[in-house]
This record gives sequence, C-alpha cells and structure tokens, in this order.
Amino acid sequence: MAAAQVVRSEWTKIRSVASTVWTLSLAVVVTIALGMLISALSRSEFDGMGARDRLSFDPTFISFAGMSLGQLAMVVFGVLVVSNEYSTGMIRTSLAAVPQRGTFLFGKIAVATVLALVVSLATSFAAFFLGQAMLGEHRASLGDDGVLRAVIGGGLYMTLIAVFSMGVATMLRSPMLSLGILVPFFFLISSVLGYVDATEEVGRFLPDQAGSRIMQVVPPVDDDTPYGPWGGLGIMALWVVAALVGGYALLKRRDA
Amino acid sequence: MIELEGLTKRYGEKVAVNDLTFTVRPGIVTGFLGPNGAGKSTTMRMILGLDRPTAGDVRIDGTHYDRLKDPLTCIGALLEAKGVHPGRSAYHHLLCLAQSNGIPRRRVHEVLDTVGLTAVARKKAKGFSLGMGQRLGIAAALLGDPRILMFDEPVNGLDPEGIHWIRTLMKTLAAQGRTVFVSSHLMSEMALTADHLVVIGQGRLLADTSMADFIERNSRSYVRIRSPQRERLLDVLHRAGITAVESGNGALEVDGSKAEHIGELAARNQLVLHELSPQQASLEEAFMQLTAESVEYHAHADAPVPRQQWGDGWKRG
Repeated sequence: MAAAQVVRSEWTKIRSVASTVWTLSLAVVVTIALGMLISALSRSEFDGMGARDRLSFDPTFISFAGMSLGQLAMVVFGVLVVSNEYSTGMIRTSLAAVPQRGTFLFGKIAVATVLALVVSLATSFAAFFLGQAMLGEHRASLGDDGVLRAVIGGGLYMTLIAVFSMGVATMLRSPMLSLGILVPFFFLISSVLGYVDATEEVGRFLPDQAGSRIMQVVPPVDDDTPYGPWGGLGIMALWVVAALVGGYALLKRRDA
Repeated sequence: MIELEGLTKRYGEKVAVNDLTFTVRPGIVTGFLGPNGAGKSTTMRMILGLDRPTAGDVRIDGTHYDRLKDPLTCIGALLEAKGVHPGRSAYHHLLCLAQSNGIPRRRVHEVLDTVGLTAVARKKAKGFSLGMGQRLGIAAALLGDPRILMFDEPVNGLDPEGIHWIRTLMKTLAAQGRTVFVSSHLMSEMALTADHLVVIGQGRLLADTSMADFIERNSRSYVRIRSPQRERLLDVLHRAGITAVESGNGALEVDGSKAEHIGELAARNQLVLHELSPQQASLEEAFMQLTAESVEYHAHADAPVPRQQWGDGWKRG
C-alpha cells in the first residue's frame, strides 16, 4: 500500500532531524512555563480586581496564556517540516521516490499532524494542571462545566496552528518567507486589528482568534462574539483546509 | 529503456530543451554530453517527472514516471543538486527512501557497503565531503536495484580513485544488462565510459551516435603548415589539387595528405616552411566544434576557431 509506505518514510524523516525535537520542545516548555507564570501573577492580582473583572475571571484560559508564545514554536515546526524539503533540495529526491504528489504531501502532513496532536494535547493538559496549581484557591477543575472541552480544544488549537503553517509553507516553499509572513500574522495582526472597532470584526475571523475561543470557559462580560467555541474552531479549520488546498494545488502543477 | 519524444521545456521566452527525440537502450552506457547550460539537467528532471515538459513525452519502459509503482525499483537517479537534508544521517536518508518504495532495510546496509559509506552511515550528511555526498547520492540510486540508472555529472567532486570507481561501476551495471544514462560536460570522460553518445547544445539534439562511430569520424588526422610565403604556398597546393583550410594564427591545415608529400611539394617549389606537422584531432576538440555554435557562455579569449566542414556529416535533424 503506497500511502502506508509514505507514512513510514515520513515518520523516519521527521524523527531523524534535530529541528523536530527542538521546535516541539520549545512549544511545550514555553507554553507551560509562561502559562504558569501568568497564572501565578493572576492569582496575586485577583484581590485587587474590580467586580466586573472577577466575574469574567477565567482560570482555564489564564493557564493557556503561554500559548500566545508557544504557538510560534508550533508555527516554526509546521514551516520547517515542509520547507526543509525545499531549502535542502531533498524535495527532488522525495518526489522522485514518490511521484504521486498528493500522496507525498498528505502523507507528510498526516505524520506531522499526528505528532503535533500528541505533543499539543500533552502540553495542553500539562499547562492546565500546572497553571491551576499556580492559581491556588481560584483554580478550575477538569470536571467543571466546559473545562475538559477547553483543555482538549487547547491541544486541537495548537495542532491546527501547526497544520496551517504546513499548508502555507507548501505554498511559499521558502522557510524564511513562510516564517516572515506567519509570525507577524499570528503575533501582531490580530492584536492590531483589535484596536479599531471596524477591523475588530474582521480580526475575529482570523484563524488564531476564532480558534482560541475554544479555550475560553468563562466568556468576557457582554461578549458579542458571533460564534461559539466549536464554531470558532470550525472557522480555524476552514483556514487550515484552505491553506492545504492551496499548497496541494501549487505542488501539483509546479516544477520541483 | 528511456524514450524521449519531442521533449521540450520552455521557461517563458527561453527554450531550455528543444524537441529532443532519442532512446536510451539497455546493456550499454549512454553518455549525455553537452556544454554547461545545454539542458542536460532539465532533461533529466523531466525524465523523473520533476519538471513538466512544455511539449513532448518521455517514457520509462513504456510508462510515464508518475505511473510507476515504487519508481526507485525501476529507475534510480543521481541528480546534480545534492538533494539530501544536511541534518539527517546517511542511514536515515536511505532508510526513508527505502521505506517510501517498500524496499527492505537490508538493502540500505548493502548499498552503504557498496559505496563505502558504512563507517560514516550514522554521521550527519552536512559533514560529508563533496565526494562522500556524491557516493551517498549513488547509494540512493542503487537502493531499489533498478533496471535503469541515471547519473547527472557523477564524477564531479570525486577524487581519482572515486572517478575510477564510478567508471567501473557504470560499466558493470551496463554489463548486467541495465540501462545506464550518464551526463557529463567532459568529452574525455565520456570517451572512457560511454558506448553510445547523445550530444546536445542549447537544448537541441546535435548527435545520437555510437562512441566507436564518433571516434572514427572525429579522430581524423591532418597536417598543419606554417609558411612566410603563404600566398604562394596556397597557390602551389591548389595546383596540386590539395585543399587547405585556414586555421587561424596564419597556419593552414590540410586534410587527407601526408606531411612528406607536402614537404616535397614545398621543396620542389622552393618554399620556406616554418612548420609542417602531422596532427591528430582530439575528441575534446571535435566535441567543442560540434557545440561551438550552441555554447551559451563563451569564454571570449582564445576561443577555438570553428572549422566548418567538420561534424556536419553526422549531425542529426
């Protein structure tokens, strides 16, 4: 079975380069450590908060604060998995071995996605439990309403960030160009759009803003987000599908 | 067998490969010769389905490349660009290729042994010398024990021992009945390994001939003459029915006459000769001549002057 062969091959590829280990480790460490730090700070600030802020205090979401930075490591992971092929010239060797480009691309992305999912879920659970430990008496419990959904959702969110990056990198090929577009996109654009009401509406439909909705358990007071947690993740998934379709279409007709 | 039919590749206005039709046959080494930029690598990438032809067709044993099941077991290729992730070990590089084509792991150890990289198999490819990288590429080509092998400039970067090794390897592979297609920009290299020659220049087919035929037609001898009384000499030769051709630097070249005969002729007419030397045209010269008009990047100083009457006879198409 050709697809099974490609999956086995891609697993060998992904586990035999150092960048896999360091990008994923960085994602884990940064997400958990930053989440713990922000949780600890939030706990000490809680007493000074106004009633309104206390009402929307979301201990689950706070423990995921590290994802804002940790997701960048996931972006790098996703970009490198794909663009390494291009920057090293390996793509020619790979496509000569597997000329069915769809099988090649989706075999590679499947392997990287499963790996990212396992790491992301583990990270999400660890960030939650360690973050709650820092929050002390303000902590949420996994059994609380919507919390398990948020924790699993956190893992899915990180995974989708990585897959979206893989799709974009397939389109752009160059690692520098891909990172140069994706990093500001996830780190700056969303918050910049949030400054102005008119653009805030648009910003809500960007993959990271829509997707991160799933990690919220307590919505902000007078929240008017037009979609729910799963709706938000669905919007993010559409972005991912679009990036993958774009990447596949280009790979299919381009010279390698 | 590799069959090309009207294979053409255009990049915008520029035609990289122009209507190539030829067949690479099994059991012999076929040399693919052309100056740098002639379109050899582009042709090879199209054979492997990496680049899409603008027009024409190429088939591997009658099938399109992307229709091959486990292509590495049918055709193995060493491409010019390295095509190896520098952070991956030689072993893992070959292992991932083997797995993608259902080739047993045992073959990885075998080919590493064949190319002499067993000792460094676990080392990252970035530490490899040019020659070691070339050996790793050859190992990848041999991995699937394919019936067809294609090497793009395989001797590049190899030391003399490595060059000898690759020559022997190619001949052995052909003797086993495999199809061996190897590109080079060096005629001398081809003369030592190839049984058949395909020559291209600026993407066009210039020759498709057996090596023996090429040598026979091109290693002709001629006589070079230099004389201060050039006009009178030309006159004398003309009257004797001998055609002389100018070869630059004021020298004349005469085909099909013995130096002794010309010397006696000159003595009888009391002509002073500064040079009278029998010459043997080298294959390298013949190749340069053949491709002279099609070389893309000329080195202008001391460019060889093309002698027009050569090579025309066996130009195809």
